[in-house]
Amino acid sequence: MNTMNCEEARELLPAYGDGELDLPRSLALEKHLDGCADCTAALRIQRALSQGVRGVTYHRAPDALRARLRAQLPSPVAAPAATTASVPQAQPRRRRDWSRWAMPIAASLALAVGLNLMLATQRSQDVLRNELVASHVRSLQVEHLSDVASSDQHTVKPWFNGKLDYSPPVRDLTQQDFPLLGGRLDYIAHRQVAALIYRHRKHFINLYVWPAQDGDAAPDSHGSEGYTLVHWRHEGMEYWAVSDLNGEELRHFAELQIEATTDKTANAPNT
Amino acid sequence: MASPHLDAAYNLARWLTRDPHDADDVVQEAYLRAFRFFSGFRGGDGRAWLLAIVRNTFYTWAEQRGRHKSDVEYDEATVGLQVTETDVDKNLHGTDPEKLLLRAADLQLVETALLRLPTEYREILVLRELEELSYKEIAGIVGVPLGTVMSRLSRARLRLRHQIEAMDQP
Repeated sequence: MNTMNCEEARELLPAYGDGELDLPRSLALEKHLDGCADCTAALRIQRALSQGVRGVTYHRAPDALRARLRAQLPSPVAAPAATTASVPQAQPRRRRDWSRWAMPIAASLALAVGLNLMLATQRSQDVLRNELVASHVRSLQVEHLSDVASSDQHTVKPWFNGKLDYSPPVRDLTQQDFPLLGGRLDYIAHRQVAALIYRHRKHFINLYVWPAQDGDAAPDSHGSEGYTLVHWRHEGMEYWAVSDLNGEELRHFAELQIEATTDKTANAPNT
Repeated sequence: MASPHLDAAYNLARWLTRDPHDADDVVQEAYLRAFRFFSGFRGGDGRAWLLAIVRNTFYTWAEQRGRHKSDVEYDEATVGLQVTETDVDKNLHGTDPEKLLLRAADLQLVETALLRLPTEYREILVLRELEELSYKEIAGIVGVPLGTVMSRLSRARLRLRHQIEAMDQP
C-alpha cells in the first residue's frame, strides 16, 4: 500500500493533477509525494504548465459571426413556417410585409429556441439520469432498499395505495431469475415515485415507475458513471431501470417487464 | 443568442485553425452540419456534441486544403503511447525547474509555444485546460480510448514544456 515507487507515481501524476485519479490511488500517491521531493517537483511543473495554458486567450465568438449564424442558418422549423407565410394573393400588402420578415424571424427564432431548447431538454434528461443513479446508489448505501420487503407482488402493490396518486404495475419475475425484493417510495423529478427493487444474481435493480406524458417507447439504454439505465414507456407508465448490470441484461429485464405487464394471463400466480 | 456554446465552438476552431477568418468558416460549416445531423443527436452533453462537430469539420476542412498531416499519430506510433524513461529523466533533470516555472507563467510565451504544437496536442490541451472537460468527455470528442487521452495529454504537456524551454526569452 505504502510502497509506491517513483515510476508508478510518475505514471499517476497526470491523472492526479487533473483530478481524474480515484480516491484510493490518490491517497497512495499523496503518501509517496510526502516523502519524495523529485515527484513533488514534477507535479509542481505539471501544474505550472496546466496553469499556464489556462491563462492563454480564450477566443470568444465575434458578434459578427453570431449575427451571421442567426441570419443564415436553415432549420427544420423555419422552412414550413416560411412556406405557409408566402401565399401571395390575399391581403397583398400585409402579406408582403410579413413574408419579407418571415424567413429571418423564423430562422433566428428556430435557431435560438431550437438549439437552446434542445440543449435544455438534453440537460434536463441528464439531470434526471443523474437523479436516478444517485437514488439507486443511495438506496444501496444506506441499506434503505425497501420500505416494504416482500417478494409477493400482491403485498407490494397494495402498499403503494394511498401513498401515491397512481398505481404502479408490480410483477414478480422470480421464474425469469429476476426476483422481486420489495418496494419503496422515492422522490425523482420533483415528485413521489414508486421504486421497485429486483435482484438478478448478486445485482440489484431499482425500477422507477410513474405516469407517462407521452405514448409508448421501446427500451433504450443509457450509461451514466458506470451504471446502466434503461428507459421505456408502456401503457401510460414511464419506466426507468437502474443497475450495475450490463446493458444487455438490463434490456432483457425491460422486455420481461413489458411482457409481464402486457400479458394479463401472466398475472396468475406463478410460483 | 445563437447558442449557449458558440464561444466554446469558436475558441476551439480558433485554436485549431490559428486564424480568425478560418475559424469563422469552420464554425459556420460546423453549425450547418449540427443542424443537418440534428436528428443524430442522441443525448449527452450539448457542448461536447457541438465540439465534436467543430473538430470533425476542422479536419475535413484542413484536409481539403492539404494543410493537415498528422505528425502526432506518427509520434505516438513510433515512440509509443507511454511517456518514456528519458522523458521521465528530462522531467527531473531538464532545465532548471525554477526557470521553467517562471516561463510557464509568461502567458505570451505559453501562447506562442501552444500555437507551435502539433494540432492534436494543441487540441487536447485546449479541451482540457480551456474547456475544462473531463478525460471521458475528451475521449468522446476526439474519438480515442481513455488511456490515449491520458497519454496524449502527457505527451502534449511534455512537448509544450520542450517548446517553452527551446524558445529564447524575449
